[in-house]
Amino acid sequence: MEIDLLVVGGGPAGLSAAITAAELDHSVIIVDENPRLGGQLIKQTHKFFGSESNYCGIRGIDIAEILENKVNKLGITKYLESTVIGIYEDGVAIASEEDLRVVHPKKIIIATGARENMLSFVNNDLPGVYGAGAVQTLVNVYGVLPGKRALMVGSGNIGLIVSYQLMQAGVEVVAILEALDHVGGYEVHAAKVRRLGIPILLRHTIKSAIGNDKVEAAVITKLDEHWQPIPGSERELKVDFICLAVGLSPSYELAAQAGAKIVYIPELGGWLPWHKPNLETSVPGLYVAGDAAGVEEAVSALLEGKIAAADASNSIKENKYAQKLIETTQKELQEFRAGKFGKKIVEGKRKLYASLHL
Amino acid sequence: MRITEHPIIKFKRGKKVTIYFEGKPIEAYEGESVAAALIAAGIYVFRYSPRHKRARGLFCAIGKCSSCLMEIDGKPNQMACMVRVRDGMRVRRQKGKGVLDGD
Repeated sequence: MEIDLLVVGGGPAGLSAAITAAELDHSVIIVDENPRLGGQLIKQTHKFFGSESNYCGIRGIDIAEILENKVNKLGITKYLESTVIGIYEDGVAIASEEDLRVVHPKKIIIATGARENMLSFVNNDLPGVYGAGAVQTLVNVYGVLPGKRALMVGSGNIGLIVSYQLMQAGVEVVAILEALDHVGGYEVHAAKVRRLGIPILLRHTIKSAIGNDKVEAAVITKLDEHWQPIPGSERELKVDFICLAVGLSPSYELAAQAGAKIVYIPELGGWLPWHKPNLETSVPGLYVAGDAAGVEEAVSALLEGKIAAADASNSIKENKYAQKLIETTQKELQEFRAGKFGKKIVEGKRKLYASLHL
Repeated sequence: MRITEHPIIKFKRGKKVTIYFEGKPIEAYEGESVAAALIAAGIYVFRYSPRHKRARGLFCAIGKCSSCLMEIDGKPNQMACMVRVRDGMRVRRQKGKGVLDGD
């Protein structure tokens, strides 16, 4: 099948890209491995920050629905419960339980998101140790509780938000551990969990999980200024599950398979496809957007998806509308990253663009 | 454990179905993952690792980490977090690399 654009991943970046391209009159296919579109938005019950044009004050779950409705209204082709298994010179292979399809897109946008980081401690593979996002999926998508008493490791926005959401669902969060000497996430989220009485233990980390076939307790320890555990400071906490909110890494595998140059930028979450400011990778016509182009957040993913799609549109056929869209969206993205929390991303992207000749 | 009341979310559960974990019937709802149904039923050990036979369960829940591999309807190495329940589905803990039905 000949199409203009293939979008891999139906989260905020992919949806925004597909919608933008369809609005610019391109034929679009969007592929996602889940039964419904929305990516991680479908588990985000909190309200978003950001500019008004980017769903400020709306809950993630509702943004997913708004975007899905737009996709349907625009008549974008959706392949759900499907996986892009390879990007080759003679076509892109998309597999589902039932069949294997080959499509021939002019441009491809990879918006495969990110995966959760692991942390090294004794028994970290014990059932009951979850990524914080996994717990959010269980609780907010399926309405299933993994336990009654939780330990949260990490006080970035995900750690804070998931702690709050666990309390909303009736789980007791015993403590939030933070290895740094300050809270990682926004103060507004930290204040919310403090009001609920959850202690945020700074300069603390987890030493081990205890249990036979399932988490029954966790041993935590204080850290000195050189990040070393302070002997004698260990404490055992009775918890039946442990959430790790220690960051994410871009899912770059498909881009790598397609031949895109992969670079290591710690500020952006580690290994990721090298890309230009308009999100095109080292492979002409292959783009990345959202967390796959550097771990950030949903608002910037929406903006990056828009830029990537507009650039793809403009390179299929030069058009003023797409050029204008790139310009205004780049400006919006710059404004969004202007705050304290955008600094790291701006620095990471600067390094990435500077690594042009690697 | 399933949440019955929540301040923000109205859970729209699908039709009630039965899946069989190690032969034992378990209640599940159409549209949910095998992993969610098992955890709702208090089952946390999904497999034992190949070399050290350590218990493993759900970790990422979005098909990225392969911690939750199980034998589902006779097929090993199925991600319990991505496979949706079906009425009558047979789910088994995977030991090591698992076995194909008919092996």
